[in-house]
Amino acid sequence: MDWGALHTILGGVNKHSTSIGKIWLTVLFIFRIMILVVAAERVWGDEQDDFVCNTLQPGCRNVCYDHFFPISHIRLWALQLIFVSTPALLVAMHVAYRRHEKKRQFRKGDQKCEFKDIEEIRKQRFRIEGSLWWTYTSSIFFRLIFEAVFMYAFYFMYDGFRMPRLMKCNAWPCPNTVDCFVSRPTEKTVFTIFMIAVSSICILLNVAELCYLLTKFFLRRSKKAGNLKQQPNHENKEETKQNEMNELISDSCQNTVIGFSS
Amino acid sequence: MSWVFLRDLLSGVNKYSTGIGRIWVAVVFMFCLLVYVAATENIWKHEHDESECNIKQPGCENVCVDHFFPVSHIRLWALQLIMVSTPLLLVVFHVAYRENREKHHNQKLYKNPGNIDGRLLCTYLISLILKTGLEIVFLVLFYKLYSGFKIPCLVKCDIKPCPNTVDCYISKPTEKMIFLYFLVATSCLCTILNLSELSYLVFKYSIKCYPKRHMKKQQ
Repeated sequence: MDWGALHTILGGVNKHSTSIGKIWLTVLFIFRIMILVVAAERVWGDEQDDFVCNTLQPGCRNVCYDHFFPISHIRLWALQLIFVSTPALLVAMHVAYRRHEKKRQFRKGDQKCEFKDIEEIRKQRFRIEGSLWWTYTSSIFFRLIFEAVFMYAFYFMYDGFRMPRLMKCNAWPCPNTVDCFVSRPTEKTVFTIFMIAVSSICILLNVAELCYLLTKFFLRRSKKAGNLKQQPNHENKEETKQNEMNELISDSCQNTVIGFSS
Repeated sequence: MSWVFLRDLLSGVNKYSTGIGRIWVAVVFMFCLLVYVAATENIWKHEHDESECNIKQPGCENVCVDHFFPVSHIRLWALQLIMVSTPLLLVVFHVAYRENREKHHNQKLYKNPGNIDGRLLCTYLISLILKTGLEIVFLVLFYKLYSGFKIPCLVKCDIKPCPNTVDCYISKPTEKMIFLYFLVATSCLCTILNLSELSYLVFKYSIKCYPKRHMKKQQ
């Protein structure tokens, strides 16, 4: 088992994401997960074996390694990727709940339901509005928080993003201050900076997506308020209902087109 | 080691679960299975080779590591994952039995074989109780085997053939402790979810049954 299962889950959510969300997912998989699995794990593979201290005192190397690397970079990145991907499950669950409700309506024979069969409900792409908007926006917000927390934790634990070549250690049982040498420090620094840069890009994408969703929300609200002012009383209600119906019909046509083209 | 079977089992059972059950599956998958495979396996990979005792006496290191870590944390974690997911098989088998029965009689016996009602509800409740019980058992086992949820960086050992009290240094104790706490937190979360699901199902079906009984009494 590898990260492929995560790819399957997130791929399902991709269908209902905005364009920026899709770019974020691509960046996540290509520049973070793939780099982590294919390259970074190899660089950090021999981290403790090749962590050498200038002493023969048994236990000194173990204690010094544990002191300078309370949690390995690789594990911290893996945890970060898992936490950052988890909010997408909220959206997946909400979509699954909506599909379940539509299937229930369809089975009851509700005339409001515009679908012809269950397969159409399964393939339907939901628009990000109403309660789904709130779920989606919360998931982006949580993603941002997790990214920021992990980046800060990284900076705090390792005093910056540089891997030094030499560390001086005097933890017991080391007899005095001992020189310890890290394996492949330059390569590790390069990968650390790369992963931090990609994390920053992901944060920017999330912020952009959040701004886009908020802008869309306020524009839609002002449009509805404008429509209500222009057309008063019950005529207005019927018109808006007709508009909604038209939107739904045009959406289902669009979905059919998308379905055929995919 | 392939966890594909467990992953497929979890996805398959998702269909017959309640909402809370699905959240439980997501938590087990993301925070237990994925963290185990992606991060934790490598920390404990060379734990024996990387542990060091301050002695040259052959066999002393082996004996000391064996005494302080009778079962490695990682193996216990893997056992826990497997045992906790196994009660779900009861539900899967019961649904398969229902579908088989419908096929055998060639008629629709149930509204929906995967619907949690009647005897399937009892099976589901039993699987929930077993899952909760096993989570608690493994948490207690972790606590008892390792005297709390701490991993010391130094253990003092005086078992034969060690000639006297010897210092043994464990590799990566802080990292192991962080992931151990993570495991304990996830187990507690899973236990809370199981208990919530149990109370939700009991409450839901007692509300359903109560009006029926009340009507029968009136008649």
